[in-house]
Amino acid sequence: MQVGLNHYLAVSALLFGLGLYGILTRRNAVAILMGIELMLNAANINLVAFNRYVAPGALAGHVFALIIITLAACEAAVGLALVLAVYRNLETIHVDEINVMKW
Amino acid sequence: MGELAAFIILAIVTLLPAVVVVTSRNLVRAAMSLIPSFLGVTGLFVLLQAEFVAGIQILIYAGAIAVLILFVIMLTQGGTGTALRQVNEQQLVGGLVAGALTIALLGLLLRTPWPLVGGTLPRSNVAAVGGAFLTNFILAFEISSLVLLVSLVGALVIARREQ
Repeated sequence: MQVGLNHYLAVSALLFGLGLYGILTRRNAVAILMGIELMLNAANINLVAFNRYVAPGALAGHVFALIIITLAACEAAVGLALVLAVYRNLETIHVDEINVMKW
Repeated sequence: MGELAAFIILAIVTLLPAVVVVTSRNLVRAAMSLIPSFLGVTGLFVLLQAEFVAGIQILIYAGAIAVLILFVIMLTQGGTGTALRQVNEQQLVGGLVAGALTIALLGLLLRTPWPLVGGTLPRSNVAAVGGAFLTNFILAFEISSLVLLVSLVGALVIARREQ
């Protein structure tokens, strides 16, 4: 049995579901960011797998995966800076306790 | 046959640590579990003949992002103790929603007849990706570099201690 496109799509759907579960159920902002990273990884697997099996000559999937990795790094940096700022001001990073817009 | 075995091993290496990431009470353990998960995804990229993406994945995800997350967990001690409740009240609903969406995605992705094309990728992937970045995708390349600069400055401004 050969490894086909469907195998990769199944792994990426499972990884996406795990990331979504983490985002929906975690209280800690850093743990939510970890769930987002898992979901971005799932998207990258999809892009590279489609590039390999549907359009082998194009390389557009690789380019988009690289851009997504870049944006994930940006998002992690800004998100974690926000977490640090919130922790300094409110002494908590549990998102269900951060419920003031201004004080 | 060997490809299938490698794929199964890499899928397990990707998915099992991901379960730990989203369920562990200990956030340091969750963050450390991100690393094998990212490495499993790297292996999948290598299987898909995307060597350059695999290298960047190791450098940025397994190297930079995992370390950044660990740093922030250490710096925010008050929120990360193992004695604290780490899940909110919506655990059951969240699990149901995530499971339903996963099943829907699986059904959708696996039933769609994708227009599969035989053929192989160009021999020298790295050179081809570099060429594509500087010709067809130059605008996306420049914009992502601009986004990197803005997020660098923004992260510094946000995280700086106010006087």
